[in-house]
Amino acid sequence: MSEFMSNPGPSISRRSFLKTFGTGAAVAATAQVEAVARQLEKANAEKVLGPDAVPITLLVNGKPVKLQVEPRVTLLEALRDHSGFTGAKEVCDRAACGACTVLLDGKAVYSCAMLAVEAQGQAITTVEGLAQGDKLSPVQQAFVDDDALMCGYCTPGFVMSVTALLKANPHPTADEVERACSGNLCRCGAHPRIVQAALRAAGVSTTSKTEVISYASLA
Amino acid sequence: MPAWPENRVHIGSHAKRVDAPAKVTGAAKYTSDVQPEGWLYGMILRSKWAKAKITRINLDQARKIRGVKAAILRDDTGERTVRYYGEELAAVAGVSKQACLDALRAIEVEATELPFVVNVEDALEESAARVWEDAPNASKPRVREQGEVDKAFSDCAAVVEGFFSTPVQIHHPLETHGNTISWTEEGVTCWASTQGISSVREGLAGHLQLPQSKVRVFSEFMGSGFGSKFGLGVEGGLAARLSKEAQAPVKLMLTRFDESLAVGNRPSTCQKIKLGASADGKLLAFELENYGTAGIGGGGATEGGSGGVEIPAPYIYRVPNTRAKQFSIAVDAGPACAFRAPSHPPASFGMESIMDELAVKLDMDPLELRLKNDPFEIRQKEYRLGAERFGWKEKYRKPGSSPGPIKTGVGCAAAQWWGGGRGTQAEAQVNPDGSVEVRCGTQDLGTGTKTVIAVVAADIFGLNPEQIHVRIGDTQFPPSGASGGSTTAASVSPAIYDACTKALQELQKQTGVADARGENWKVACRKLGVNPLVVHGQWQEGLSSSGVGGVQFAEVAVDTDTGFVKVKKITLVQDGGLIVSKLTAESQASSGVIMGIGYALYEERVMDRQTGVMLNPNFETYKLAGLSDAPEIEIVFLDMPERGVIGIGEPVTIPTAAAIANAVANALGVRVSRLPITPQRVLAALGKDKLSS
Repeated sequence: MSEFMSNPGPSISRRSFLKTFGTGAAVAATAQVEAVARQLEKANAEKVLGPDAVPITLLVNGKPVKLQVEPRVTLLEALRDHSGFTGAKEVCDRAACGACTVLLDGKAVYSCAMLAVEAQGQAITTVEGLAQGDKLSPVQQAFVDDDALMCGYCTPGFVMSVTALLKANPHPTADEVERACSGNLCRCGAHPRIVQAALRAAGVSTTSKTEVISYASLA
Repeated sequence: MPAWPENRVHIGSHAKRVDAPAKVTGAAKYTSDVQPEGWLYGMILRSKWAKAKITRINLDQARKIRGVKAAILRDDTGERTVRYYGEELAAVAGVSKQACLDALRAIEVEATELPFVVNVEDALEESAARVWEDAPNASKPRVREQGEVDKAFSDCAAVVEGFFSTPVQIHHPLETHGNTISWTEEGVTCWASTQGISSVREGLAGHLQLPQSKVRVFSEFMGSGFGSKFGLGVEGGLAARLSKEAQAPVKLMLTRFDESLAVGNRPSTCQKIKLGASADGKLLAFELENYGTAGIGGGGATEGGSGGVEIPAPYIYRVPNTRAKQFSIAVDAGPACAFRAPSHPPASFGMESIMDELAVKLDMDPLELRLKNDPFEIRQKEYRLGAERFGWKEKYRKPGSSPGPIKTGVGCAAAQWWGGGRGTQAEAQVNPDGSVEVRCGTQDLGTGTKTVIAVVAADIFGLNPEQIHVRIGDTQFPPSGASGGSTTAASVSPAIYDACTKALQELQKQTGVADARGENWKVACRKLGVNPLVVHGQWQEGLSSSGVGGVQFAEVAVDTDTGFVKVKKITLVQDGGLIVSKLTAESQASSGVIMGIGYALYEERVMDRQTGVMLNPNFETYKLAGLSDAPEIEIVFLDMPERGVIGIGEPVTIPTAAAIANAVANALGVRVSRLPITPQRVLAALGKDKLSS
């Protein structure tokens, strides 16, 4: 979004964009374009929130979090900036990298591409909610054991994507892991280790092909 | 002279990354996660023009936006000639991101557009707009010459020529550049996403005209940098000034869009190379003309170091008759800076490509040609070992002889780097309860610095790495240098060795315990009484050294119908002196390969010559390698403990792109001589796409 910011002009909020997009399809589907549009406008007007902050309640890691946020605030911003759950990271802020991945009723979603108001009433799990006290979840433990991370900035997103995968498919193949994580980017290049860790968390033992050979022993 | 202990338990082991649990649970607090009481959000207004004279910037309306607490100009007067799309103009701070977004929209900018140029080819035209009014776009060429080049070429049995180009590559650390800064009367506290806390402190104090003693910089966790995060940056200065005006802490992290435009990149190169050899393959003559762009920072060609266009040539080879002419071309685009192994990946790509062309001309196995000419003994052994592991003999076929529509090919290439250490200080604190804290003012970019510190300290004290509390990233700790040039491991390890060795000696002296290590540790520490033992140490000669090679072999499959290149396997052989942390060294090696794949196949900044804007400032259109793009990676480290510690973070990424490019050429029988090797370029090389170049 931010590239539009240097161009002062009419503002298009994420919400109004979604609204237009959502209603647009319906409008095109009927001949009575204007009538339907009027009806929708009326229906929407009753439901429109904001632009001022509204009270919302998010269910994060099993606990209700009460917030006062503008309707245009994304779930990611609500978690990070308004609730202190900084595990999910903002990297692209446009659903391209997966660093903001959280679980919504067990399903992996980009929290940067969803409004906080829309996430109400669903169980949100962030990376902070996986471990039981000091005991890491199997996916977290596998990421540690296989060193499936370097700088760690993409890690919460990958951990959530793999967690969601293993819930849906407890015994994935390497290809399935790659597909499940195809919406996640890692810049440091922990790629092979991430796949290895996901398989390890699924109970598949994997072996590293690394060797350390003494130079002195070479001819 | 100090020496590493003979019996190493944790050094060289698979000891786990000590901060991995914090990173997988979200407990790790990066600069972007720090939220001091009352913090505000900060954002930057950038130029939407590639070049313009900014005459007035009005912040009045922005200041009126609800929730906005500060709005400042980059320059006092608001006047400025901007020279690229994305240059910083002003900044705002507010209670939320939304308040800042509204404020940025409300800023009024008056500007006169000026002619610009964003492409190298355009900038070379006589009629091109000048980026800098007082200098031509092309710098004065630097020429290095030795021997009698023209004569030598006429004596060669085989001469090959080629033109090779590499793109502008963007660093894209996932944590963007940025700071959280709190400026109060007591002083300035800055959480920086940086590779150099000391250089940020110096920059901040200078920029704000404060004594350095009043500036403290933290960087406990940082989301990588790859060479782009050394200084304060424009964004750091703006964050500090916003904090002062708002009288509150300000967090100003760049957006991904910002990150694409204004905080560095790897310069492009266009390399015209001519190489000649005797009939038996001995290199005799070499000639290079190279130019490229470092954006507006293209005023002078500087070798290696900090993001200049100039490349080391003829790279790893010694050719008796050599001429290299290099210059850089300014364009209206964001400036280059150091990027993981500055100038080496493009140097490797050009030189190793022409080597393979020479091998074809001589009808020689390209590996044999390299063994005949590589002057570095370690690399000779690496080539032989790597070839065996990779199965070079079985896999190598004459170029273009792979049957069917999906053709396979193999290629190889090599690296050289330094990775030596330098002055670093450290402190070991041994507490009466036996707990240990080791402090050092270094940074961990994700490379594993904390783990390196923990395993060294653990081996000296006879403890486990988990028992060492590693504290880094604070300018109040004993100083270390910036983390660049693969120097951190070799800088920090000897200082930790020194501090811990002296602490152990002192502990034994004070308590009378003859050997306080391991099982005696707690008993000895208890005898300290109430006060902990704090011992200072510093980098020592003899525990580290400099200078590595490194080779890589690549196997690819190229679909000649779609042009799609799949890297199937990379075998990497790398020397790195004493391998301190095997696990994190392995991760570094994979990391180098993956980044090299991006450079070879996907990454390229695309500028629009009509509007001067960058067309791919995001991750949908600037492609990074994903999980399914990773090949099988076989890693072999050559352990040379007698050399001490040497950094390897950079050499492991140098030859990847060159090896892949050679493998693609081997598969196809024709060469794609421009990186990245996109499907379109593959099809063009095959004569199947008449539209592309």
